[in-house]
This record gives sequence, structure tokens and C-alpha cells, in this order.
Amino acid sequence: MSKILVIAEHLDGKLNGSTARAVSAAAAVKPEAIDVIVLSDAPDAVAAEAAKIDGVSKVLTVARAENAHALAAVLAPQIAKAASGYTHVFAPSTTFGKDLAPRVAALLGVSQVSDVMTVEGPHSFKRPIYAGNAIITVEVDSASIVVATIRTASWAAAASNGSAPVEALSVDATLPSHTRFVGLQQGKSDRPDLQGAPKVVSGGRGVGSKENFDVIYKFADKIGAAVGASRAAVDAGYVPNEMQVGQTGKIIAPELYIAIGISGAIQHLTGIKDAGTIVAINKDGEAPIFEIADIGLVGDLFKILPELEAAL
Amino acid sequence: MKILVGYKRVVDYNVRIQVKPDGTGVVTDGVKLSANPFDDIALEEALRLREKGMAEEVVVVGIGPADLTAHLRNGLAMGANRAIHVQTGDAVSPLTAARTFLKLVEKEQPGLVILGKQAIDDDANQTGQMLAALWDRPQATFASKVEVADGKATVTREVDAGLETIEADLPAVITTDLRLNEPRFIKLPDIMKAKSKPIDVIELGSLGVDAADHIKTTHYAAPPKRSKGVMVKDAAELVAALKQKGLL
Repeated sequence: MSKILVIAEHLDGKLNGSTARAVSAAAAVKPEAIDVIVLSDAPDAVAAEAAKIDGVSKVLTVARAENAHALAAVLAPQIAKAASGYTHVFAPSTTFGKDLAPRVAALLGVSQVSDVMTVEGPHSFKRPIYAGNAIITVEVDSASIVVATIRTASWAAAASNGSAPVEALSVDATLPSHTRFVGLQQGKSDRPDLQGAPKVVSGGRGVGSKENFDVIYKFADKIGAAVGASRAAVDAGYVPNEMQVGQTGKIIAPELYIAIGISGAIQHLTGIKDAGTIVAINKDGEAPIFEIADIGLVGDLFKILPELEAAL
Repeated sequence: MKILVGYKRVVDYNVRIQVKPDGTGVVTDGVKLSANPFDDIALEEALRLREKGMAEEVVVVGIGPADLTAHLRNGLAMGANRAIHVQTGDAVSPLTAARTFLKLVEKEQPGLVILGKQAIDDDANQTGQMLAALWDRPQATFASKVEVADGKATVTREVDAGLETIEADLPAVITTDLRLNEPRFIKLPDIMKAKSKPIDVIELGSLGVDAADHIKTTHYAAPPKRSKGVMVKDAAELVAALKQKGLL
């Protein structure tokens, strides 16, 4: 039977929603146990949140001062040790998990299954390659531990009605001091989180400038949506990097995605193809975004957005 | 200081990928191949560090079949001092690539290894982190700014929450994100010059790397298509359509 260790992602004492998505993927393996591991200098609040996730058997906490920041070089040796006795180690395919999980896999002597979309069996998974233009089925040797990152957009978050026990774990691992945290510059926003929001409004190059992006924010606030952007808009400096949606940015699956002034490069479409309903507003009727949009509207966004706000 | 740069050849990012009807792979015959875009960024960063006097030598490394030479010549034309071609006809997993780099690192003793954060073919995003683990050295993934001074690298990383800065003692592994730099274009005289730059060819089998792959790809499929939707003529119609779906 399978026993799965899920690595919790957290920041500022709060559990990241991607963890409950990774637990959903773990549940699809139909394992005997799903344990969540929280590495932190002060894990209690995060562990209490993780303990509520449905399907979790227990939460393991590793409290060490060195775990104050999520440095892969520091966390990986502890997870590799803690993984003993488990058949699978799952992490969300966020920048946290993408940074950490391969380091864990290498310490365990295995390759990793990146971006799991579906679980076909305990050792069989589907994952995207070529920016999602092909989906492959991979089989992991049944004698090997499975280390995988979970493509969060493919999995709904497990509900939070549980009450799993929390246990402190002491891990005997020598930790390096060669990598040090300096600082984190976080986008300050009262808007919903881009990766978990049911509604997302994104702007692209067509918005034209940083100042013009205000019309996107204003519209998003009106409908209670998170705000995203295409790579072109980030590259042009209209918005910060953490708003990028696409192959190399965030992969999201909101119920409603409204793309404004985004032509729809294939790398951007990769980031939104699991969205429920895609709306495209663009002045170029030939833009590729209209090929996949459920509802399209051709026209000048600076005229249409005020009209939309008025019609709401 | 010496810098090793991973320089992978992939299907060009503009090519529309087609899955073979029998599900055994994607069509690569007659398809344009180019450097992995993240690896061009890695090479550019190494060259800039050399131009700033932080490094003396930039070495591009490719792992692949005999015809990889022309690709490595592009890296030399861009400005690398020399190339190492680890030859193999087999597909190379991220772990095998990392183990191969570890052998080269032991031999070459670089101060930095700069790799792309992912290759745009398998989108694995593993090799840099794995090399850092096996080498027991720092990793600074998804870099958007790199500063090297006093035996350490200060790296700004693009993370989901924003921009994180970490400090890593050298030697270290850095993986590049898109906004680290804009790679230079290759000029014709540089292509001529590159012809006389050395390419060391090493058989993968001779490095003593465990190339066993415990993950097998059994099937390739095209992704499910989203069908083309409807067009509306104005804002009022759009709002009505969204309200009908219960989305507003």
C-alpha cells in the first residue's frame, strides 16, 4: 500500500492553498496514509491549518530556526530523511515546490515526475510537456519512491473539515549554511490570490502602459476578481512578475478568466486552458485568443471596460 | 573563475507541436531546432560576468547525439570560449543530466554553473536543483538578477509571492528566468571565429554515470481541445451571457 508525504507550502505563518490541492492528488492514489510535513521555525499555526485538510492522516512538524525561510538547500536534506518509509513524496508545482522537490528527488536518487495532471495508478501519471501541447503518460518503476510535483490547476483543493493529529518530528540532518535568505519583496495587494481566485481578469500588451493598467484593476475590483497579466505586459514593466500567467508564470484554473488586450500566445494559453469560461476582449478579431475563448468581443478595451462597468 | 553553461537543443519555440498519431512521440523530423531559450539567457549571463571581469572562461555543455556539434558552434559564436559535447544517442533524464554535470564539475572546478530553469521540450525544471543537491552546493533557481562579489552570488529570484533575494557561497548553481537578460544576436564574423574554438567530445558511457531511467514514458497524446466559442457584439451582450452562466 502507498504512504504519501505531502510537503506543506506556507508563508508568514499561513498555509498556502496549493497544499490542499497536492493532498487531493495524493488522495487519488488511494493510499493507506497521507501525512503532511510542515518545516518552519514556528510550525504550529500552519500545522493546525494543515490538520483540517480532508484526507490527511497526520501532520508532522519539524521546528528548527534554520527553517524560518524556505531555502531548498536547507529543507531538502530534512525531507529526504523524513521520506523514509513513504512510497511517495508530493509537493505543489509552485515556485516553492519546483525549487525544492527536485533537490529532494536527487538526494533520494530518483528523477521526479513534474506537474502531475492526473493519477492513473500508484506509479502511473499524466503530465504536460511542450507547454501543454502534448500530454504524456509516465510509469515510475514500482520499486522506486515517487517524487512528484502536482500541477495545482488540475486539482481542486481538498475541503477543510478534518482534524488530523499533529506530531513533532525530530530529523537528524546536517544543514548547510552556504545559502542564506536576504529578503522577500512581496506585492502588496488586497485583491484575491491569483492562484486560487474563482475570477481572474488579465491584461496584456494592448493595455499599453503601467498607468493604463488602472482600468484593469478597476474592473477587476468591481467584479471581485484577482488580476493577472501576459508575459508581454510584465516584460514591458506594466505590472510585477508575480502577476504573469502562462507556461513560465502561473498556471491557473479560475471559473471565469477575462483576457483583455491579450493576443493569446501559446505560452499564455498554456496557463489558462483549465479555466471554466474564458472571455477575450481584443481589438484584433484575428487574435489567437479568440480560437479558445468561450465568449469573444472585438473592440477597443478603453471603450468596452467602462461600458461593462456601467452594465453590471 | 570558470563558468559552465548548460546548452540544450530543443524544438524551436515557434513550432506547433504535433503528436504522432500512434502515440509514440511528437513529430521532430524536419522540425526546426534551436537553443533552449532559457539556456541562451544562461549563456548571455555568463558572458556578461566574463565581460565584467568576474570570470575568465565560459564553457558551454551539450549532452546529445553526434550532430549536436552545429548547435554547440552557435554557443561558441555567441561568445563561449570552448564547448564540451557529451555524446549519447539515448534520451537523457534530468537526473542523468545532473549526474553528467557533476562529473564535469569535478573535472572543471567551475565557480558557477548556470542552467536554464527548464527546457521547453520536457518542461521538467529539475536538472539545476538536482546538480546542486548531488554537488552539495547552493542553488539559486528562477534568477532575474545576479551579482557576483567576494566569493558569493547575490541572486534575485522570481517566486510566486514576488521577488526573493538570496545569497549563495560559490561555487553554486544558478537557473535562469526569462527576465534575467536579453541574449545578444550572433554576428557573422563571430560564426567564423567560432569555427576554430575547441569542442571536447566525451562519450557519456566513459564518464561512469548511472544513466538508468526509472521513469518511462508510455504514451503521448494531444491535449483536449477547447472549442471555439461565440462572439458577442457589445458589452451589454457580454454581461448578459455571463449572467446567464451564473458567473456575474
